[in-house]
Amino acid sequence: MTSNALSRSPEIRWPPAVVRHAPVVVIVLALIAIWYVAAVLMNMNIVRDGFERDGTAYTTEDLIAGTLSAERPLLPAPHQVIATFADDVFGWPVTSPRSLVYHSWVTLSATFLGFVLGAGFGIFLAILIVHARTLEKSLLPWIICSQMVPILAVAPIVIVVLGSIGLRGLLPKAIISAYLCFFPVTIGVVKGLSSPDPIQLDLMRTWSATQAQIFWKLRWPSAVPFLFTSLKVSITISLIGAIVAELPTGAQAGIGARLLAGSYYGQTIQIWAALVAASVLAIGLIGLVSLVERWVAQLMGART
Amino acid sequence: MTVSWQRIGFLVAAFGMLVSAVVPLSSETTPSLFDRPVLLLATLVTAGLFAGAAFVVPQLSIALAVAGVVLSCWVTLALLRDSTIAGYATWGFWLPVLATWVAAWLGVAKLAGIKPHGKTASRAINLAIPLLFGAFVFYLWEVAVRGFGVPTVLFPPPSAIAIRFFGSPWMLWQDFFQTFILGVLTGYIIGCGAGFLVAVVAHRYTFLGRGLLPVGNFVSALPIVGVAPIMVMWFGFDWPSKAAVVVVITFFPMLVNTLAGLNAAGHIERDLMRSYGAGQGQTLQKLYLPAAMPFIFNALKINSTLAFIGAIVAEFFGTPTVGIGFRISIEAGRMALDVVWAEIALAALAGMAFYGIVALAERATTFWHPSYRT
Repeated sequence: MTSNALSRSPEIRWPPAVVRHAPVVVIVLALIAIWYVAAVLMNMNIVRDGFERDGTAYTTEDLIAGTLSAERPLLPAPHQVIATFADDVFGWPVTSPRSLVYHSWVTLSATFLGFVLGAGFGIFLAILIVHARTLEKSLLPWIICSQMVPILAVAPIVIVVLGSIGLRGLLPKAIISAYLCFFPVTIGVVKGLSSPDPIQLDLMRTWSATQAQIFWKLRWPSAVPFLFTSLKVSITISLIGAIVAELPTGAQAGIGARLLAGSYYGQTIQIWAALVAASVLAIGLIGLVSLVERWVAQLMGART
Repeated sequence: MTVSWQRIGFLVAAFGMLVSAVVPLSSETTPSLFDRPVLLLATLVTAGLFAGAAFVVPQLSIALAVAGVVLSCWVTLALLRDSTIAGYATWGFWLPVLATWVAAWLGVAKLAGIKPHGKTASRAINLAIPLLFGAFVFYLWEVAVRGFGVPTVLFPPPSAIAIRFFGSPWMLWQDFFQTFILGVLTGYIIGCGAGFLVAVVAHRYTFLGRGLLPVGNFVSALPIVGVAPIMVMWFGFDWPSKAAVVVVITFFPMLVNTLAGLNAAGHIERDLMRSYGAGQGQTLQKLYLPAAMPFIFNALKINSTLAFIGAIVAEFFGTPTVGIGFRISIEAGRMALDVVWAEIALAALAGMAFYGIVALAERATTFWHPSYRT
């Protein structure tokens, strides 16, 4: 069934690409339009106050133009955000603390380190849990409980405690994102490692395979698809962890620090630009994991 | 094979308890265990219990092991009261701790190996194992922190946290009320409700749904917590800004999941509704919503943890002088880590209770779903 509006006109046969993408395009355009209207309405008062303070006469057109180009608007218009984003990304040398690329890189390095630590720890836990029934029964409930705890609340202490034993900079942030992102990996890999059928496990046993052989030849290959699904979830969580870890530490660099500085100095456009940067990073990271997934699937002989 | 391995383990634990009686307790001068007759007796009894646990049937063995572990925990905690031992403990102290660890591990392993008959029994065992495990982890934390003399400023023992937790209920209640009731709960209800309503409308108008689903999926993958500073700027420092962050965070998972759930009703059921001549509202109420229930609860569960995180992050950007996130960042800066941990315990309990209530509600309303019909 195609969408209502399109299917009711049988004489026009729309190409499938249009049918698929038209609703998304319309929704996105509508959201942008709503954004502009909201920007005009929300910034109206600030701009009007500004005009009246200066005592200049103004028309409605001036007012609307003012709301869309205000320096510290309540809600910046999309084009302002894009312009600031582009300027922050391309307008400065990469090493300058004013460049968003520099801040993104700081956050990204913590994200990667945290992701590697978290995913490694998650896989390690999953392997332990699959092989020791006691651990499954005793540890797994606590791991699940740990996720109902607002873990970010722990972030400041992790920073303080690690700082007092001399660990500063990248590692505390990475540990926080690792703590946040290990859980999906553990759950996914446990599911994956226990996904082989009993028949397949029995077959391995009739071949008198050792535990290690069963693991490498049966359990691990069948866990790989589960692993990548979890990795895609956990790399965005890792990014969130890295950003949030920069908040209570008063970090000087990073996307979280950008957000914090923007909120201190009322630089709304800067906050939005940092948000755009974070979103671009998130999409890029997921894309990266998907690429690796496809590559690994090809290595393992998947047919595409 | 494994049985004899467990037997050796218990005997090693018993031997460890015995040896600990003659090894010095502390690097400072302190009376040995022979000058503390009650503790000596308890240590010997524990050794006997562990040795006994090695040779009897599993059920009795578990009971003996648990009794021995409790007794030994009491002995070591009693020893820590002595200021010449706390912080200066040596092998005479650590041996029984390690022996207890071994015995506790074996006891839990045996408990996990039991195949109970009734449903209640298996449920009780599945509850007891993580509880015993957790209690022992807290014991190890307490003993390790105090035995090694870790400064409480860095890592307070659980006892200090518990004292702080029960010692200042008023402060905790105020923080809980500010962050959880006002911020999280308000935002959660508005966000989930709005997501649900938009999903129902989007399901009614297919064009809208087809456009919203990819957009919602896209936004769900973004680090939305980043809107926290904007919301604080728009709604001020008090709880409305926290609730607003929670609304934004919970909206999209709810929208996407409800939409997926509403689309989960099968063709045959839809045809059946049509052949009954059911109207839009009736079909929604009798078919689509029940089919979407598991998906909706999935979103409610995801959101219950997301909401809390959102509210606490929003408090990092500015709060009135009350709230869990505020207290944690302030007290962490003052190195009053027992308060920080008490707040974390509060947040943990609230988070688990929140999740537990949603899970219970799910069981009560979707009991018919295949995943519960075991």
